[in-house]
Amino acid sequence: MNDTMTFKQLFFGLLTLCSVTVSASTDSHDATQTTESDAPFDPREMIMEHVMDSHSWHIMDWNNYAVSVPLPVILWTEEGLVAFSSSKFHHDTKGHHVVEAGGQRFVNHHEKIYYASQAANHDGAFVEMRDGLAVSAKPVDMSITKTVASLLFSAVLLMWIFFASAKNYRRRGSASPRGIASFTEPLIVFVRDDIAKANIGKHYLRFVPMLLTMFFFIWLNNLMGLIPFFPFGANVTGNIAVTLVLAVIVMLVTNVNGKKAYWQHIFWMPGIPGWVKPLLSLVEFIGIFTKPFSLMIRLFANITAGHIIVLSLVSLVFIFETAWVGPASVLLTLFISILELLVAALQAYIFTLLTALYIGTAMQEDHH
Amino acid sequence: MDIITPGFGLIFWTTIVFLLLMVLLSKFAWKPILSAVKEREASIDKALEEAQSARAEMQNLTSSNEQLLKEARQERESIVKEARVARDKMVAEAKDIASGEAEKIMTAAAAQIEGAKMAAVTELKNHVAQIAVDMAEKVLRSELKDPAGQKASIDRALEDVKLN
Repeated sequence: MNDTMTFKQLFFGLLTLCSVTVSASTDSHDATQTTESDAPFDPREMIMEHVMDSHSWHIMDWNNYAVSVPLPVILWTEEGLVAFSSSKFHHDTKGHHVVEAGGQRFVNHHEKIYYASQAANHDGAFVEMRDGLAVSAKPVDMSITKTVASLLFSAVLLMWIFFASAKNYRRRGSASPRGIASFTEPLIVFVRDDIAKANIGKHYLRFVPMLLTMFFFIWLNNLMGLIPFFPFGANVTGNIAVTLVLAVIVMLVTNVNGKKAYWQHIFWMPGIPGWVKPLLSLVEFIGIFTKPFSLMIRLFANITAGHIIVLSLVSLVFIFETAWVGPASVLLTLFISILELLVAALQAYIFTLLTALYIGTAMQEDHH
Repeated sequence: MDIITPGFGLIFWTTIVFLLLMVLLSKFAWKPILSAVKEREASIDKALEEAQSARAEMQNLTSSNEQLLKEARQERESIVKEARVARDKMVAEAKDIASGEAEKIMTAAAAQIEGAKMAAVTELKNHVAQIAVDMAEKVLRSELKDPAGQKASIDRALEDVKLN
């Protein structure tokens, strides 16, 4: 029995390391915390925890202590901005631990920050519950969460990569690219020619910087999400808020650049019987929103699904409670991970391509 | 479902980070890279064009060279031909002149020889005549010592003269 426990602990450590989320803190010696090996393993909970955002960056569990990087919690409360370290919650996500900051009391309940209620409920949480849902008031949460931290990190990496590339051109003029530029240039030229120029047409150059930023931002974040070690592994492009922002930008850029022909096709489609026109204009008007909406959902679903599949396969050992599933689990995970590498590039390409296509359609001159 | 509920904080930060990233990358990365790439493409196009025109020029040059060579060959041939004709003509003329001259010389020589022969014959004749006269004198002198002999010798001599 003792042997099995050690084995399981070891595996859990590896699992946490290899799985998509990693994070941790130096002050993780909270003895009151329940140890992971005591509780029955719940793959759904683990997967959801890794796929969703959190206020601290959990790296691994070691000797029953969570190792995670504390991140700043920034709250826009009724009494102004309040900021404190996420380590103050002592890894509590069940609303048990109340943090007092700026003269107010907060709890972390399933990675959401609530104003703590005066007394604990029957679960020991300082949150008011109704029908199984937390109904306590919430401050506006502007924390640097794991996703935001990863986002910032990816931004730094992107700037590092492309400033280094640009430096190469400053030094060598228009001579053939060397070093990192010889890797980035074909990709940049690909985005410029095969995505922007091919789909937008005459005025494509105006949109190339945005498409380049979009393509590399999505691709790098997709790839970073596949690396299971800190400081990678956050599910940035699989977070609906991130894809929402990208989609809204696409929607704004598309419609701001819409030419006369584009609006005419939406509100009074030429070349069809008059009575169909209002009907079609309704459909076309909805289309303004469904196009970016599909972009948002496609990226979010693809990346999140990839993370879920990898985590599920890794969890197989614990679901079947036998180490014999290990080899199959590892092989399948390897296979899916390689597939995900392809998906990472593919989704970045599709998102950028469709963006260019939408802009191209909106920019089309009337040719009827 | 929490997973499809976008959080405000993340929307806020993503917007800031993405827009800032777009501005910074555009200014410090995309602009210099794209302009350098464009410049290079332009220079490659230009180099190709130049190579093309150089090749065309080379072709022109080669063909004109060939033309020149051909002309030179033709000229050479014509010169050689002319030279041959001139040579033949000259040779023929020289032959004509030479044969004329030779004929003249031969004629002159023949005339001279004839002259010399005639002179020699005349001289010989004279000489022989002289000898004959001398001999005759001698003979006559000896023969004329006796009158019969004189007469016989005169007869013989006359006969000889007639025979001559």
